[in-house]
Amino acid sequence: MKIEYNFAFFDEGSKREIRRATLKAIAIPGYQVPFASREMPIARGWGTGGLQLTLSLVGKEDVIKVIDQGSDESVNAVNIKKLITATTGINVTEAMEEATIIQSRHRIPEVPLREGQILVLQVPLPEPLRYYEPSEYETKKLHGEKEYSGVWLMLFEQIMSYGNMSTGADHPVMVHDRYVMAPSPIPRFDNPRLNCSKALILFGAGREKKVYAVPPHTGVISLAFEDFPFQTESFRNKSCRLCGAKGVYLDEIEDQATGKTIYQCNDTSFCMSRLNGKI
Amino acid sequence: MKDFEQPVLRVSHLNKQYGKGCASCRDAGGMVLNKNFCPVCATVYACRDITFEVYAGEILGVVGESGSGKSTLMQCLYFDQKVSGGEAYISSYKSGRENIFTESSQQKRYIRNRMMGKVYQNPVLGLKMDFSSIGNIAEKLIAAGNRNVREMEARGKELLEHVNIPVYRIKEAPRNFSGGMQQRVQIAKALSNNPPLLLLDEVTTGLDLSVQASVLDLIKQIQRRLKISVLIVSHDLGVIRMLADRTIVILDGRIVEQGLTDQILEDPQHGYTQQLVQSLLV
Repeated sequence: MKIEYNFAFFDEGSKREIRRATLKAIAIPGYQVPFASREMPIARGWGTGGLQLTLSLVGKEDVIKVIDQGSDESVNAVNIKKLITATTGINVTEAMEEATIIQSRHRIPEVPLREGQILVLQVPLPEPLRYYEPSEYETKKLHGEKEYSGVWLMLFEQIMSYGNMSTGADHPVMVHDRYVMAPSPIPRFDNPRLNCSKALILFGAGREKKVYAVPPHTGVISLAFEDFPFQTESFRNKSCRLCGAKGVYLDEIEDQATGKTIYQCNDTSFCMSRLNGKI
Repeated sequence: MKDFEQPVLRVSHLNKQYGKGCASCRDAGGMVLNKNFCPVCATVYACRDITFEVYAGEILGVVGESGSGKSTLMQCLYFDQKVSGGEAYISSYKSGRENIFTESSQQKRYIRNRMMGKVYQNPVLGLKMDFSSIGNIAEKLIAAGNRNVREMEARGKELLEHVNIPVYRIKEAPRNFSGGMQQRVQIAKALSNNPPLLLLDEVTTGLDLSVQASVLDLIKQIQRRLKISVLIVSHDLGVIRMLADRTIVILDGRIVEQGLTDQILEDPQHGYTQQLVQSLLV
């Protein structure tokens, strides 16, 4: 059976509704805009939020790059790319320089984003206050009144239990000194990259039906206490076993034969282009 | 007489009703009401025209039967509920010139976090049961703008020690505590910002006698030491007799009698107060 899909899968009305929510999100940095999350040919919670943003934005001249936790070739990334190319016919790339839209699951690439690019992040839980307050009705009010004790309390509890803030990923941030935002489960290592980014960063939560954004050149500050400053993961004295890169986010892998711990770039295309001598 | 002692809290003509009211209950001045309930339109008048003052360092008792509007009054003062009418002024907020009921919800939160502490009858309402005890105290400090972990931890420890929670249990969640301990954690939380006004809503109800005594003892001690003003609601006259300097008696949402506690207990004037005092088991 051959189905003729509309360009970028959705009908024009759907794309327009998503774009309208996106515009509102850009106008209010960090604010979660509700939108009518569509049914997709992939299951909710598998990147439908990011995918809907990408499909609503994509034009015929766009070049797309999709990564899943730093990898261009994981199943999830490949399937999303297949869907996009099958319904739009646009080009796919692994190179950051060529991409106009980058959809990512839980990483911001090592190569700095440039002006004009759009980074789309997939979000499982958009509400930074959810752990503290289960009711959406209440969290809406808390955001409205800029009442973020709950987020701070969560960090305080972590310090009490573990001696330091223990957010592995998704460390809450303050956007433009107004809204506290979940940066999606990117590692803390990537949080500083949100601050004053040259590119537009969009966040899409398909299951939770929310879109939010960090426009270019917007201040994004990771929350921290006076006596417990924010710290990124440290890879001091460690480097990638393949390309030798330092100061990048590394995967920790155990070599099962030798029992040794080895380190390797998490961002595969970055590693590859270093190996090929391009960077 | 202008600069005579200014009350810490001044409440005037506070009204709280559930329902819109109708011509028959509004105009007849409460004549048609069945206690505080209008049989025509089913409106409940929980608090009617309540006026009183609380002075610095004073404990004011509020007594009344179940459903008389005591707790509603407390909820209104702590902004848990919206008032239907009336005014309240706190001396430490804008020099007591602004009616706190008409402030924005952001300002109300500010008042609540910095100028008041409340202990609920049910600890579930006042505590986050799944967070650590010290976290519960930090919550109030964070809300008041503190961002220093060590400082908050020290303050929390000091308070919890003060209310006799053993140091090795302060990182435990109140869920694991007995009712009396939970109540003491609540008191510590309410006191964390040194609020000038403490609201206590049936703090000892449901606790066994020895725990009751220790909680009451604690409240009295703290109040003497910190010289804070306390508004305490109870239907237990024993509690009121022990703690309160002055007492107001509420019946069907109205203040029916007020005066020095001794006076009220020894020489009650209103029929209801007489009945109440007579019912006291001695």
